Amino acid sequence: MSLQHVTTTVNGDRAEFLCDTMETLLDALRDRLGLTGSKEGCASGDCGACSVMFDGRLVCACLVLAAEADGRKVETIEGMAGTGELHPLQTKFLELGALQCGVCTPGFLVAAKALLEENPDPDETEVRYWLAGNLCRCTGYDKIIRAVLETAADLRGQ
Amino acid sequence: MRYEAPRTLGDATGMLASCQGVARVLAGGTDLLVALRSGFVEPELVVDIKRIPGMAEIVAEDGGWRVGAAVPGAALGRHDGVCRAWPGVVEAVELIGSTQIQGRATMVGNLCNASPAADSVPAMMAAGALARIAGPDGKERDVPVGDVATGPGVTSLAPGELVASIFLPEAPARSGDAYLRLIPRTEMDIAVVGAAVSLTLDDGGCCAAAKVVLGAVGPRALVVEDGAAAIIGTTLDDDSLAALEAAASAAARPIDDKRGTVPYRRKVAGVLARRAARIAGTRAGENR
Repeated sequence: MSLQHVTTTVNGDRAEFLCDTMETLLDALRDRLGLTGSKEGCASGDCGACSVMFDGRLVCACLVLAAEADGRKVETIEGMAGTGELHPLQTKFLELGALQCGVCTPGFLVAAKALLEENPDPDETEVRYWLAGNLCRCTGYDKIIRAVLETAADLRGQ
Repeated sequence: MRYEAPRTLGDATGMLASCQGVARVLAGGTDLLVALRSGFVEPELVVDIKRIPGMAEIVAEDGGWRVGAAVPGAALGRHDGVCRAWPGVVEAVELIGSTQIQGRATMVGNLCNASPAADSVPAMMAAGALARIAGPDGKERDVPVGDVATGPGVTSLAPGELVASIFLPEAPARSGDAYLRLIPRTEMDIAVVGAAVSLTLDDGGCCAAAKVVLGAVGPRALVVEDGAAAIIGTTLDDDSLAALEAAASAAARPIDDKRGTVPYRRKVAGVLARRAARIAGTRAGENR
């Protein structure tokens, strides 16, 4: 079977890989590029554990073909922390213990960052609706929502 | 599976037409990828239309808006012009899936997936939207959105054809539309019943024109002529809305399944049609 050659940008760096046409972006990130932060939960776009930014939009990497990434920009959880410094959302998740088993955490963080970039002052309902596509099977939602709201307040300087 | 990302519409339709086996169009992929991964479809060819110039654009046309086949819900929901003209269509599209799904899912994909429960389809039909179908001979034709899906998972598209865009016509003055659906939770589910109403008021506040369309209560979205007739010429008073409710319940042809029984779906179809008409009426009143 012929493989597809893909040249893309991941977290600001040029990345190249060969993939099968049936392969998803999530498979390619994890298995071709070694970026295993994005998780496969459901593989059907329901759980959000594979949330990444794709050309500036929040998407499930399991619902994107790897071949589609050619020439596009992908941002994953691996690119979230600055050099030697966690993103404020990551720090707050740690501080509030907004994670249990941790499988959903990368997806929640990527999705929450996208929310705060679009709406720096969301109310609780807006946060819950925005994150409705991120499932936490440990059901630790309250701390996650609180961490996002508190981070938003911190970033607004309140 | 062959993956192609053509740069022109002609190349896309040509590839689809010349494919001997199963071919699928890829726009947002939120239905196609799930079907691929589950083995529900095993296409020989997937044609990604997102690299065709203009496919992801919303452009003004004849007072209305032309929405390209690759415009994701997230982009539509942020487009002031479409939101002002057709809030019911936008709210229907925005009900499809999560934020992540909205980043990819398209109105045209929702239409061509041909699910009886597709949220955007009743709203587009109520708005009088037209689908522009491009064919392999370079010809284009415009058909009412309601003529695209013919049954669950089946469309009227011929081999080699694809829906390139949706045209939402100019919304007349004093008009409004609305879409409501019932799901067992507050987010992320498939409609048990959906109802779209689009209407126009005259100078005196009477309903001069109306369209009522139900989703998820038949093999495809259902136009309720009797429901529209029940409110045309009225001020959307309680009696007229009750008549609309009865007409919508009577028109519904739902199935029994785990998400709703036939009597329940019939009842809800009426209730949602009545509520959607009230919201559309309020919007029309504000839209002078």
